[in-house]
Amino acid sequence: MTAATNSAKNAPLLDVRGLSRRFAAVDALRDVNFSVEAGEVHALIGPNGAGKTTFIHHVSGALQADSGSIHFAGHDVTKLSMHRRVGAGMARSYQITNVFLGLSALDNVALAVQGRPDAGSSFRFWRPVRTEHALFDAAAGYLEQVGLRDKQQSIAGNLSHGEQRALELAMALATQPKMLLLDEPMAGTGPEESARMVELIEHLARHVTILLVEHDMDAVFRLADRISVLVNGQLICTGTPDAVKNDAGVRRAYLGDHL
Amino acid sequence: MAFYRPARWQKPFAFTVLCALLALPGLMEIFDQSYYIGFATRVLIFALAASSLNLVLGFGGMVSLGHAAFFGIGAYVAAICQQGGIVEGLLAFPLAMGVAGLFALLVGALSLRTRGVYFIMITLAFAQMVYYLFISARAWGGDDGLPLSERMQFAGLSLTDDKVLFYVALGLLTAIMLLLGRLADARFGRTIQAIRENETRMEALGYPVFRYRLVCFALGGAIAGLAGALLANLTGLASPALLQWTQSGTLLVMVIIGGVGYLYGGVVGALVLLLLEEFLLGFFAHWHIVLGLLLIGIVLFAPKGVAALFDKHRSQP
Repeated sequence: MTAATNSAKNAPLLDVRGLSRRFAAVDALRDVNFSVEAGEVHALIGPNGAGKTTFIHHVSGALQADSGSIHFAGHDVTKLSMHRRVGAGMARSYQITNVFLGLSALDNVALAVQGRPDAGSSFRFWRPVRTEHALFDAAAGYLEQVGLRDKQQSIAGNLSHGEQRALELAMALATQPKMLLLDEPMAGTGPEESARMVELIEHLARHVTILLVEHDMDAVFRLADRISVLVNGQLICTGTPDAVKNDAGVRRAYLGDHL
Repeated sequence: MAFYRPARWQKPFAFTVLCALLALPGLMEIFDQSYYIGFATRVLIFALAASSLNLVLGFGGMVSLGHAAFFGIGAYVAAICQQGGIVEGLLAFPLAMGVAGLFALLVGALSLRTRGVYFIMITLAFAQMVYYLFISARAWGGDDGLPLSERMQFAGLSLTDDKVLFYVALGLLTAIMLLLGRLADARFGRTIQAIRENETRMEALGYPVFRYRLVCFALGGAIAGLAGALLANLTGLASPALLQWTQSGTLLVMVIIGGVGYLYGGVVGALVLLLLEEFLLGFFAHWHIVLGLLLIGIVLFAPKGVAALFDKHRSQP
């Protein structure tokens, strides 16, 4: 063990320093300092338009910041493209369900497994994919984890909204992430589906670090180890759920009408 | 658009068609219609060119309006080879594929950074650059194009015999279609089709999207180059008209008529369009009017193309 890996071990898994981004005249993100410790569920909350999704886009690499740095698992990923960050162990799910509707659930997840560096190159031109049993066996395992075992052969477009959200999670898991970025996993789900999703995330949190963006406060306070509050592109508070609940600034800016 | 999955009837059907085609030159000779051997060869060559565009457009989702550049470059490479004394197709055809493929790699590397209408425009611009380059190149015949003083050989057999050229074109088309069919169902095909459906999602799954697109684009360019080399042999001329954007348009129309993203879309489209041209031109100089009506009809009644009509199982999104 070298000193470098030791310090990397103690450093947060995700470390965002001084992140700023302007869109025309709008300061979408202002000097955001944010970290996610390995093993925690860290929720990011804030009113609509606060910049949560913009922030997630910067962390995942869909957008590049004007200034600031992003370190992930001890590496500087500030300049890396999205697919390289995925390779480094960052997976995301989308606010709007984003699966391949024409493929079966199993095919969707197999595609995610296929994209993994350890699954080998996808520059294979001859062997039919469906004979690559390793991909599909692995994919079946992830579907089982999210409770879609019986839906393997269902076309994704025919799944219910909640099932599609779970499928989306299975695809993110299949990339074997160190950290999952979940962008409003509860969006558009009914109360029953929500409850199932909370259970599912609780279960996943035992194996993987989670950065959760969510509007459903019940879910957030149940799942999160720490909560950060983003208002107008600025982080105004980070702390345990209790600390955040009792923070005067947060109450003023946001929670007042929710709690 | 649905992902490609080989239908059960596809293999026996393709095999039957192949057998019929093998017998075709013999039959035409018996009925004293040898002229149509040349026509059939033309169909095979355009089937190859349209299929190469279908790989890029139908499977890769890249609407290229510059595909004729690779087609024409293939023809010119063949003509230049022939004039330079390289008359063996086993040498010249791979060379045509290589040059067209490399040029596609270059065009792709620059244009695949753009999307949508910008991509269409930049591929068109590259193709027009090539067109004007060849038109102004005296050494390569300028406006008149570059003639082949005689057809090449393939594995020692002279292509001067129409039947030999037909069989060589048939063999190469069969080989390429076999490759495309395997490819579409393999990891690579899955990957490029998924990128066509949802590029961002694939990026978020860790796929280097640009790289897969580029390889798909270059492969399509190389196959178009092969078709061009064959066509130069058939017509005895590498013409700048082959490089023109209207040629790209013709290939696009073939793919749309046949069925975008269907394995045999390009083949069916080339057959339908060339048959129409051949027979309507006999009656009617303005056959393009009929073509226009046909296109409207297809868009209205068979928006997925003729090939889609044979495949009832694939109506999923």
